[in-house]
Amino acid sequence: MREIFRRYGTTLSAFIVALPAFWLLALVVLPYMILFEYSLRPYLPFDQLGGPSDVYSLNNYWTFFTSSIHVKIFFLTVFFSSVVTAICLVLSYPLAFFIAKVAKPHNVPTLFAILLIPLWVSEILRSFAWFIVLSYHGPLNAILEGIGIFSGPVRWITGFNGVMIGLVYTYVLFMLFPIYNAIQALDSHQIEAAEDLGAPAWKIHWRIVIPHSKPGIASGCVMVFMLSAGSIIVPSLLASPGSRWFTEVVQQWMFESQDWNTGSAYAFLLLVLCTSFVTLMMRLLNVRLVDIAK
Amino acid sequence: MNNRALPRLLIKVYVGVFLFYMLAPLIVMGGAALNDSRFPSVFPWVGFTSRWFVDLWNDDRMLHAARNTVLIALAVVAISIPIGTAAAILINGLQGRSRSFLYGVMVAPILTPGAVIGISTLLFWNRFDVPAGLHLSTLGQCSFISAYVMLLVLARLQTFDPALEEAALDLGATSPQVMRRIMIPHLYPAIGAGALIAFFQSVENFNITLFTKGNSDTLTVYVGSKVRSGITPTINALALILIVFTVVGAVTYEILRRRADARERALAEQKDADDSIMSVDPIMARPASATVGSS
Amino acid sequence: MSEDVKLANVSMDFGKFRAVENVDITIKAGEFFSFLGPSGCGKTTILRMISGFIDPTEGDVLIGGKSMRGIRANQRPTVLIFQNLALFPLMPVWQNISFGLSVRGVDKATQRAKAEELLRLVDLHDAADKAISQLSGGQKQRVAIARALAVEPKVMLLDEPLSALDLKLRQHMRAELRAIQKRTNVTFIYITHDQGEALAMSDRVGVMSNGVLQQVGTPQDIYNHPANAFVASFVGENNVFAGKVVSAESGFGQFETEFGRFKARLGPGVNLGSTTAKLYVRPERSTLNPAQPGGNEVPVEVMSLTFEGNFINVLTRDDRGYLHMVQVQNDPGGKSVAPGSKMRMSFQPTDGVVLGEALQRKSA
Repeated sequence: MREIFRRYGTTLSAFIVALPAFWLLALVVLPYMILFEYSLRPYLPFDQLGGPSDVYSLNNYWTFFTSSIHVKIFFLTVFFSSVVTAICLVLSYPLAFFIAKVAKPHNVPTLFAILLIPLWVSEILRSFAWFIVLSYHGPLNAILEGIGIFSGPVRWITGFNGVMIGLVYTYVLFMLFPIYNAIQALDSHQIEAAEDLGAPAWKIHWRIVIPHSKPGIASGCVMVFMLSAGSIIVPSLLASPGSRWFTEVVQQWMFESQDWNTGSAYAFLLLVLCTSFVTLMMRLLNVRLVDIAK
Repeated sequence: MNNRALPRLLIKVYVGVFLFYMLAPLIVMGGAALNDSRFPSVFPWVGFTSRWFVDLWNDDRMLHAARNTVLIALAVVAISIPIGTAAAILINGLQGRSRSFLYGVMVAPILTPGAVIGISTLLFWNRFDVPAGLHLSTLGQCSFISAYVMLLVLARLQTFDPALEEAALDLGATSPQVMRRIMIPHLYPAIGAGALIAFFQSVENFNITLFTKGNSDTLTVYVGSKVRSGITPTINALALILIVFTVVGAVTYEILRRRADARERALAEQKDADDSIMSVDPIMARPASATVGSS
Repeated sequence: MSEDVKLANVSMDFGKFRAVENVDITIKAGEFFSFLGPSGCGKTTILRMISGFIDPTEGDVLIGGKSMRGIRANQRPTVLIFQNLALFPLMPVWQNISFGLSVRGVDKATQRAKAEELLRLVDLHDAADKAISQLSGGQKQRVAIARALAVEPKVMLLDEPLSALDLKLRQHMRAELRAIQKRTNVTFIYITHDQGEALAMSDRVGVMSNGVLQQVGTPQDIYNHPANAFVASFVGENNVFAGKVVSAESGFGQFETEFGRFKARLGPGVNLGSTTAKLYVRPERSTLNPAQPGGNEVPVEVMSLTFEGNFINVLTRDDRGYLHMVQVQNDPGGKSVAPGSKMRMSFQPTDGVVLGEALQRKSA
C-alpha cells in the first residue's frame, strides 16, 4: 500500500484507493451482508419494524426447508443446471480446441466475430429465438415434418426440455471462451511432441490438453452453472407446466407476496448454492480463484 | 495420412454445425420480423412486410424503455470505468495475500447470480430510503460491470513496461504527469474495450434490472414482459435491428483488422532493411554537425 | 556543464542480501567511466542508486559535490538509458526526444526544434515523425540517446545499452557513443559485462564482483596490471600456475611451482608464504620455442591449434596435465606448429604476475 502512495503521490493514490473502496463496500460486501440480515428477520408491516416482534431467527429458512415443493424445485434446478453445464462443456471443448490449435491463425478473428454475434444480441433475444424455433407451429417442426421424420408437429417444450435447450444455447459461449483462452496458452509444441512420440489423439487430450485447460474448464463451468441456476428469463419463456425454476419462487416472494425477508432468504440460498459450486469446482479441478478471465 | 485426415474432417464438420446452430435461430428470429404473420414465424411464409418495424416505431412505451436503458448504460459506463481502472491500478500495486484476497472480492460479483445482486442492492439502498428506479439499477449493474472493467484494464496493465514509468520520472516528470501521459494512454485500448463491454452488458442485463428498476421501464424487462404476454413480431423487428447492427459491426472490425495486419507485415520488412544499411555505414567519417547546449 | 559523481562508502542491502558493499569512488566530470563485471555483481544497483530509484542503505551519493540524499529520481541531474531503451511507444520520435522538455513546460515549437537538432546530432535525419515501432534496433538506440541529451544532463547513465544488438551494430555503436560523449563532454557512467566494450570505450574502468569494487584504473592498467585474480581472469585470457611465494624483493619474487621456480612480479597485497596466490601470464606474452633468454620455461606438448584470423591460439598441455594457451601471430610464410610436437612455453618475469584472490564482501 505504501508503495502505491510512493509511486503515484498523495492525491492520486487517494483516488486509487477510494474508488474501489466505494465499489467493494457499498456495491458488493455491505449489500450481501444486508441481504443476509434481512433474511434473518420476519416480514413485518411498516409500523412493527424495530419493535418487539422484529427478532433475528432462522424462520425464513425454515419456511424453505419445510416446503417440499420448494425443496423439490431447488434440487431440480441444481440437477438441470448441472446437466446444462455438462452439455455445454462437451459441446464447447472440441470447438475451443479447434479454434485454439487447429484453425489457421488468420481465420481465428473471423470465427470469433461470427461467434460473438449471438453474444451481442443479448440473452433475452437468444432465449426468444429458441422460443420461436421450438414453438408448436414453428420452423423446426415444419422442417422435420417436411423431411418426413415426423408425421405431425411435436411438442418440444415439455418438462424441462425447453428450459435446458434454451439454457444451453444462451450460455454455451460462456463455456467456450474461457476454455479457448486456456487451451490457447498451451504451447503447441507440447502437442506436437506428444504426437511425435506416438501418442494417440484421445491420450493427448486426456493427459496434456485437458489438464492444462483446467482453469478454463473450471471458469466455464462456474459461469454456466451460475447463469443457469440464476436464470430468470429462459425458464420463464421456455416453461412448460411442471417446470418451475428456483428463481421463479424467489420472484414470487419478492414481487407477488412483497415478502422481502423470505425472498432474501431464498436469494441467499441461491448465493450459497453458487458459492458452493465454485468451491467444489476449485477443489475438484485443483484451481485457484485466479482462473476467471474473459 | 488417412489417420489424420478423418478426425480433421470431422472436427471441421462439427465447427460448421456449431456455427450453424449458433446462427440459425437468429436468422429465424430475424426472418420472422419480415413475415406478415401475426405470430412470429417463418413457416408459413405469408409475405414480405415492414409493418412490424412501423409498429415498433409507434410503440411509445418501447421507445421510452429504450431511452431509459441507454441512460442507465451511459451512467454505468461513466461510473464503472473510473472504478475499474482505479481497482486495476490498486491491485497491480499489491502483492501476496492481500492481493489474492482483494482480487477474490473484486471478482465475486461476476460469479454471483444477478438475482442476488439485484435483491441485495434493493435491500441495501432501501435502508437509506433510496427507492427502486433507474439509479438503483445503475448501481446494481456497476457492482459486476466494474469487475469486468477491472479485469480488462488489469490485463493491459500487466503488459505495461515499468521501465517506461521510470524513464519518464528520470526525465523529470512528476507522478501525476507520468500517470496522465504515460500510463493512462497505454491503458486506452483496455478502457475503450471496457467502455464497450460495459455498455453492452448494461443494455442486455435482465436479472439485476428486474429487481431494481421499480416502476420504470427498461428495454430488456419490457421485452421480456411483452414476450410472455401478447407476442407480435415487433420484438422480432427489434431483434433484427440488433442483429444487423452487430453483423455490420463485426464485418467492419474484420475489414479494419485485415488492413492493420497487412500494414504490420510491410513495416517489419522495412525495419530489417534499415538495420542492415546502418551497420555498414561508416558514421565516424561524418563530422560532428551540431553540439548540444553547453559542454 | 558536466559534473563529477562521488560514491562515498556506499552499500546497498536488499533485506539480508548485500548487493553492494562499501563502494567508494569519484568519477570525474566529463569522464567516460565503465563499471565492468558479471551479472549480479552489483553494477546495476549502483546505477539505480546514482539515478535515484533506490537509496543506499549506507553511505551517500554526491553529484557535483551535492548530496543526493532524499532527492528523487525526477529531480536529479542524471538521465538513465535503460537496457531495453524504454522508448514511449505511443509517441512519435520527436515527442519521445522532447519529453523531458515538455514536462518542464517548454512550448511545442521549441520542443520540435530541439528534437530535430538532436536528431541531426545522432545522425537520424527525417525520423522526427516516425513511430517508434517503425525504427530498427540501431535507430532506437540513437533516439534513446537523443532523448537523454535533450534535458542536458550533467551525468548520463547507460545500462548495458548495446547488449541487445548484433555484433556489427554493437561495434558501430561503441564508436558512436564514444564520439557523442567526447562531443558533448557529459559524464558517462556505463555498465557492462562485456570487457571488450569497457576497454574500448572508457577513460577508466571499475571492475566489480559480488558487490565489491575490485580495481579502478585505465583500460591499460586493468589489462596489463590486474590487481587480483578476479580482474585478471575476467578481463582477457590467462595461463594460470598454482604455487607458493618463496621470496620477495622490490616488487618481484620467486614463485615455487611444480615446474620449478618462476621469477615474476608480485601483485598488490601478495605476501611471502602465500599459498592462495596464483601466477598469471597472458597467452600473447607467452611464446613457444625458442625459449626466451632470462625467461621462465615450461615443457609442453602441443594439443591443437585454433585459427582465429589475425592470430593462432595454440593449446598446449604440460606434463602435469594442465592446459596452457599460447597466442602466436598469424604468419603465413613462417613455420607452423604441429600438434603432438614437444616444445617449451616461456614468458618473461615482467609478463607474469602473482595475484591474490578477489576482494570479498564482509557480510554474507
